[in-house]
Amino acid sequence: MERGNHQHFYRKLHSLSGIIPVGVFMTVHLFVNYTATWGIESYNKAAGFMVNLPFKYFLELFIIFIPLLFHGIYGIFIARQSKNNVKRYGNLRNWKFFLQRMTGLIAFVFIIWHVWETKVQVEFSGVEADYHLMAGIVDNVISLSLYIIGILSCIYHFVNGIWTFLITWGFTVSPQSQKVTQYISFGLFIALSFIGIRAILAFA
Amino acid sequence: MSGTEKKIHFIITRQKDSQSAPYTEEFMVPYRANMNIISALMEIQKNPVNAKGEKTTPIIWESVCLEEVCGACSMVINGKPRQACSSLIDQLEHPIRISPLVTFPVIRDLTVDRSRMFDALKKVKAWVPIDGTYDLGPGPRMPEKTRQWAYELSKCMTCGCCLEACPNVNENSSFIGPAPLSQVRLFNAHPTGEMHKEDRLAALMGDGGITSCGNSQNCVLVCPKGIPLTTSIAALNRQVTLQSFKNFFG
Repeated sequence: MERGNHQHFYRKLHSLSGIIPVGVFMTVHLFVNYTATWGIESYNKAAGFMVNLPFKYFLELFIIFIPLLFHGIYGIFIARQSKNNVKRYGNLRNWKFFLQRMTGLIAFVFIIWHVWETKVQVEFSGVEADYHLMAGIVDNVISLSLYIIGILSCIYHFVNGIWTFLITWGFTVSPQSQKVTQYISFGLFIALSFIGIRAILAFA
Repeated sequence: MSGTEKKIHFIITRQKDSQSAPYTEEFMVPYRANMNIISALMEIQKNPVNAKGEKTTPIIWESVCLEEVCGACSMVINGKPRQACSSLIDQLEHPIRISPLVTFPVIRDLTVDRSRMFDALKKVKAWVPIDGTYDLGPGPRMPEKTRQWAYELSKCMTCGCCLEACPNVNENSSFIGPAPLSQVRLFNAHPTGEMHKEDRLAALMGDGGITSCGNSQNCVLVCPKGIPLTTSIAALNRQVTLQSFKNFFG
């Protein structure tokens, strides 16, 4: 898969799938979670809306699971190819390159755990996916910390992914534009982290 | 004079041949004003005695122009890939550590085999085809504005420093590296070279092509010629994106 003639296509698909649909879905997800800060009722209503969308299984399969699995598994292939050298070249963008791979791996493990607890178990054991399910998961410090690390990793990976996406698709060519989008992606990291962390703390 | 003269301390990574394991050997070289790494290595060549006073083999390295335009004397000096000729002893931190560019197969000591860079230039067709059976006449003119930045790209001397610094150029990856990518931008900007633009972009869309770039942007920081490599890569990303739309939609 990696060294064949389709490398270019797979890489582009990997790049695109990270933003659409995976990144977009994650952002919607974080916003839905934020309703928990308004109270149990609001969260259950917002989560209920997502759960009761028509053609749910179709949407889940093609907007979430297939793109996510492809992005994650192919991403591991990509991460394994790099020989990180931040010790020798400690510049910011090399660190970002290294962190992109680290957070990708963390996110991969985190999402498997997260899907197992909030989706697989729900589907097969008939537990309701509501506020209380989530509150039960993060009612101890370890789980809550792991959730915060996982959420921050996903957000970093997404915002830095937007920055590299704009370069690899040829939108930001000049060093100036790459600098401006770097600032924007940093701002986005702060904003999404605020939303994500406040939301998870509402369950704890 | 001999006992009290100033000496320069070198710690050099050596290798007997391409198969054997690397080791380090230290040298104390008598100081002269305005020395560079090459002249220090020449001193070792004249008197191959290491810091312990033992007779050893002279260090093997490559160098040609001695004015930072040929790219032959690239080595890792105090942790950074650069040209030995333009690395002045007075400006370096001591002891001076020298090792070969490990991204490339080491032939002996500081000499490496950089033929993969030449192979990459062939792969991306980094030239302007002008040969024919008859006189093709003068080509179209190049706008002065384009010539100015294209000249900067033409300074690439295939030295390999960018490949050494790139975290995605290694034995696990087929990535051709930043230098040949920038050459595609150069020859695609040439009014006659542009006629073969599609061929070069097709090569970049192949195995080990432009998508293997991970935007660590180390290359642009280590380039001894100050070539805007990351701008070249991003500009080619745009060319490749537009080309793939053209390829698919016609």
